[in-house]
Amino acid sequence: MVPLSYYMILSGVVFLTGLVGVLIRRNIIILLLSIELMLNATNINFVAFSYYLHDIAGQVFVFFALTVAAAEVAVGLAIFIALYRGTPSVNVEEFNLMKG
Amino acid sequence: MKYALIPLLPFAAFIVIGLFGHWIRDRAHWIAVPAVLGSFVLAASAFFDIAQGTPVRLTLYSWISSGSFQVPIGFYIDRLAAAMLLLVTIVSGLVHVYTIGYMRGDAGYARFFSYIALFTFSMLMLVMADNFLQLYVFWEAVGLCSYLLIGHWYERKAASDAAMKAFIVNRVGDFGFGLGVMLVFALFGTLQYEQVFAQAASHAHETLNLLPFGGAWPVNVLTLLCLLLFAGAVGKSAQVPLHVWLPDAMEGPTPISALIHAATMVTAGVFMVARFATLYNLSPTAMAVVAVVGGVTAIFAATIALTQNDIKRIVAYSTVSQLGYMMMACGLGAYTAGIYHLLTHGAFKALLFLGCGSVIIALHHEQDIRRMGGLKDKLPITYWTFVIGSLALAGFPLTAGFFSKDEILIGAWTAGPLGRTLTVVGLLTAFLTAFYSFRLVFVAFWGPSRVDPHVARQVHEPSPTMTMPLIVLAALAIVTGYLGIPGFLSPALPGPMSLPPAHEGAATFAIMALATVMGLGGIALAYVFYVLKPALPSVIAQQWSSLYAGSLHKWYVDELYEAWFVRPTIEAANDLWQWIDMRVIDAAVNGVAGSINLWSRALRLIQSGEVQHYALAMALGAVVILGVYMLL
Repeated sequence: MVPLSYYMILSGVVFLTGLVGVLIRRNIIILLLSIELMLNATNINFVAFSYYLHDIAGQVFVFFALTVAAAEVAVGLAIFIALYRGTPSVNVEEFNLMKG
Repeated sequence: MKYALIPLLPFAAFIVIGLFGHWIRDRAHWIAVPAVLGSFVLAASAFFDIAQGTPVRLTLYSWISSGSFQVPIGFYIDRLAAAMLLLVTIVSGLVHVYTIGYMRGDAGYARFFSYIALFTFSMLMLVMADNFLQLYVFWEAVGLCSYLLIGHWYERKAASDAAMKAFIVNRVGDFGFGLGVMLVFALFGTLQYEQVFAQAASHAHETLNLLPFGGAWPVNVLTLLCLLLFAGAVGKSAQVPLHVWLPDAMEGPTPISALIHAATMVTAGVFMVARFATLYNLSPTAMAVVAVVGGVTAIFAATIALTQNDIKRIVAYSTVSQLGYMMMACGLGAYTAGIYHLLTHGAFKALLFLGCGSVIIALHHEQDIRRMGGLKDKLPITYWTFVIGSLALAGFPLTAGFFSKDEILIGAWTAGPLGRTLTVVGLLTAFLTAFYSFRLVFVAFWGPSRVDPHVARQVHEPSPTMTMPLIVLAALAIVTGYLGIPGFLSPALPGPMSLPPAHEGAATFAIMALATVMGLGGIALAYVFYVLKPALPSVIAQQWSSLYAGSLHKWYVDELYEAWFVRPTIEAANDLWQWIDMRVIDAAVNGVAGSINLWSRALRLIQSGEVQHYALAMALGAVVILGVYMLL
């Protein structure tokens, strides 16, 4: 049986990959993908704990998270398209109108 | 109700004209004149009520009610107040009528009427007040009206300056008056006249320590009280050293000079001293101060009037001098004589001012007597009424001024050693008064015309609305001497207890004769100087050039105040502005704003507008929180 810590390490690696992707990549689509990675890292955590603690609630939560993630991607892509019409670019550094 | 309507009619006129002035415009007199006439009729009826019965006490409503501090709006009309009511309503009524002619076509016609109605209301309330606070409030209200009316032609710098000067100089005196009112309450626990008068004697020997921090300077409390109240009178009645505002107040329209700055408001100080006779009688020191200030003012102003060339300024200085006369009489305990002179002076001085006004109108606003002359044939009514007024002012026998001036001099003579000294001052003043009033008559009305020839052809008597008041006042300037006013007033004005009974007979007769000689001598000397030998005045002016210059420049009092008070104040204000205001207060305010600006400049750098920077901050924050959590 695979110990819980393996799942924790896997989810940690995936989460960090996503976080670093969000922080260092410039392509706005990649940012969205990275956020999805972070979400799924938490999903791995949920499922692993659910299995080890014999509590179905964690798996139910994952379904909610997946649903929300799907909706989020739909909305996020829609926003990107709207943004692209204004500024034809996918480089996130060009969207800095809120600079103080 | 009848008594309440006396002041309320002019007040209603003020409200109506004040609110609807734009619409009423040059019909304002149709409201103001009937209102004042109505209040005259009511005042006359009140006068007869009081002449036959006892003083009227009336409480209209409770104005301030706070613990033991109870102030009603009420009336206390005794013989003194009744006589003043008549004076105020008569002169005010005549001046209202005169104003119709004098101010015709003026842009501020309605405004002028609303202010004189307001003044009449305030003056009546002042006279009828039954407590110190009401007196004080309306004392300030007449001062406000005076300010507004002196500055009627506010576009002229001289007029607005004069208005400001009058107001500020009066503040000096009123500061003392205000303190006096507070002291009255502190001492007696009430502000009602009659309660204060009843208690006054029991405080006669109390003292008050004026030095703080353990010093000792005990002062008789009633003396202090009387002197504080007198400070207000000095300002309002233009006594030395606060006389400087009254001559400048002549920048206002002439009807105002007649009503406010001759007959009514400026006499409020004298009225106040007489009203508080009970208090003053208890303090010989305060009375001596009042008498000396009055005497000094009388002769001081008379010497200035000798050399002035502005027709209104001559009359103004004579007003100051005559007010000093009245004040002197009150200070010597001859309250009856002082108020008697106040009433006769109200008639003949209003007459003289209105006479000046009709000369000024006839000559198209020429006020310099050196550019007049030869007016007596062109302005017969003005001339004759003016002569009657001048005779009364000079104390010519059988005019009202003669009787009231004699009353003062006799009262002074019988009032001890100080009184005798002041009698001499009074006689000298009478001589000077006769001289300068007839200098004015001879120079302005007699001799060859020195009027601008373009104007001279059009000179004619003004309209009947202006000559009628002159004739009425001229009649009053004679008649008021025969009405037995002193006998009427004396029950309301208790004299000092120490006063010996008046010496009838020899002394009285001698003073009367001397005063007559002084008056006639002054007139005769003026006749010699300005009719027989017109070259003489300039010769004398050259011989005593320093004296002449001193008198011409009003003994440099204005210059002195300018150097001692006005300029230091302005400089101090400038310094405060440039150092305290700009470098401390403004600097503090700007410093706060500047430091916030600096901080926000630094904080702005954080808001880059790039999502990734925020995400990084979030991630770092999470790491820090986790780190702290794990380490602790």
